[in-house]
Amino acid sequence: MTTQQAAAIQVQGLEKAYKELRVLRGVDFTVARGSIFALLGSNGAGKTTAVKILSTLLKADAGTARVNGFDVATQAADVRESISLTGQFAAVDEILSGRENLVLVARLRHLKSPGEIADGLLARFSLTDAGARKVSTYSGGMRRRLDIAMSLIGNPPVIFLDEPTTGLDPQARIEVWQAVKELADRGTTVLLTTQYLDEAEQLADRIAILHEGRIIVNGTLAELKQLLPPAKVEYVEKQPTLEDVFLTLVGTKA
Amino acid sequence: MSKHFFGDTAVLLGRSLRHITRSPDTIITTAIMPIAMMLMFVYVFGGAIRTGSDSYVNYMLPGILLITVASGIAYTAYRLFMDMKGGIFERFQSMPTARSSVLWAHVLTSLVANLISLVVVTLVALLMGFRSSAGVPAWLSVAGILILFTLALTWIAVIPGLSAKTMEGASAFSYPLIFLPFLSSAFVPTDTMPGPVRVFAENQPVTSIVNAIRALFTGQPVGTDIWIALAWCVGILIVAYGFAMTTYRRKIS
Repeated sequence: MTTQQAAAIQVQGLEKAYKELRVLRGVDFTVARGSIFALLGSNGAGKTTAVKILSTLLKADAGTARVNGFDVATQAADVRESISLTGQFAAVDEILSGRENLVLVARLRHLKSPGEIADGLLARFSLTDAGARKVSTYSGGMRRRLDIAMSLIGNPPVIFLDEPTTGLDPQARIEVWQAVKELADRGTTVLLTTQYLDEAEQLADRIAILHEGRIIVNGTLAELKQLLPPAKVEYVEKQPTLEDVFLTLVGTKA
Repeated sequence: MSKHFFGDTAVLLGRSLRHITRSPDTIITTAIMPIAMMLMFVYVFGGAIRTGSDSYVNYMLPGILLITVASGIAYTAYRLFMDMKGGIFERFQSMPTARSSVLWAHVLTSLVANLISLVVVTLVALLMGFRSSAGVPAWLSVAGILILFTLALTWIAVIPGLSAKTMEGASAFSYPLIFLPFLSSAFVPTDTMPGPVRVFAENQPVTSIVNAIRALFTGQPVGTDIWIALAWCVGILIVAYGFAMTTYRRKIS
């Protein structure tokens, strides 16, 4: 296949409007295979819209997007074979047990021996003891771990995580970060959206800032930091944090 | 249609049926309101209502069965709304799963749950003295009409389930449907109603459906009522299905 060397995600000139509201106004970016790419932006910047288009839940008004070499508009079924989406809210079935949730997804992905797959993932995400319990009894962190475990079924090469740690306590956030890092170590491409700057700083190989429907900057953390004047020596030497970079570029005072 | 349509629908049907077995209250509450109405109509109002029928419970059971379905389908809207809100709907839609299976699984679940409720209500009616001379073909015809009626109303329920903003909004649509049997021949003969009300009552779908089921139960000839009833059910089914699919496509475009 010609997709082997191509980027995992290629987005060009993506536009989307809800009636009058132009959410995306020409978004371009590329995500290399096996990397973690963070789409950073405030609420309403269009991050979720971009993820929904890439995961074939929404149709773009203009522009093209390819995921794992497949066009999201014309080869949606192939895209869906290649991806997993972990939405903004843990998309788990509360009434089923953790294990039943995993078996359900394995069945819907038409995999053999869904039970074994479920048990393997329960072990990997330290949920074995809770596996038989209803998900409604889980903590926020456990729910998110199950959510991510469900996304890994079938080993999709590309995973979208839309604000994976929103609403989680610090401990649970660290658990999720750990899971995401392990994913990338195994060669999965991860696109995550976040409004937490430290999250992007912690996890991402590359960071793109989405503001008012456009990518206004895209680079590694080091590159982004260079966009500001070098640190001045005053009383103490202070490198600009990513937060400084973000707020300066976006042009708002916190 | 995707090659996995039937398999995926079966898997998702198993999921929502499990929901029902874990919260059987949805079936019980669906059955309780019609049973309460039945008790009230038979033991409170029934003595004063002249229907020309020998037993009032025989007379009003068809209407009660329709009310059972009308209140039962609210849970379909509710379950669909919860799936939309919780994000699991989007998860299913982003997977290599037959997309319309998600809707069909909810529709078939509604059918199973409503049939169970209908059996419960009919059993209570039997305890209250309901008797029918209907043979197997007539019972099967009644079951067929009720299945069509349930499917038609379920596809109506899919529309608010997909588009509602709040849980109350998702289930409020069923109140007018529950009320409709009162403006029909379900509880009293239409002859005593004043002009305009009578015209409405005699020409709305519930009357023909009730009359057809009543005729089947009592072994009377069904006449044209059954064809009008079937036409209404199929007509509502097609229109509701069309609107539901339009709503659905708008959701995923």
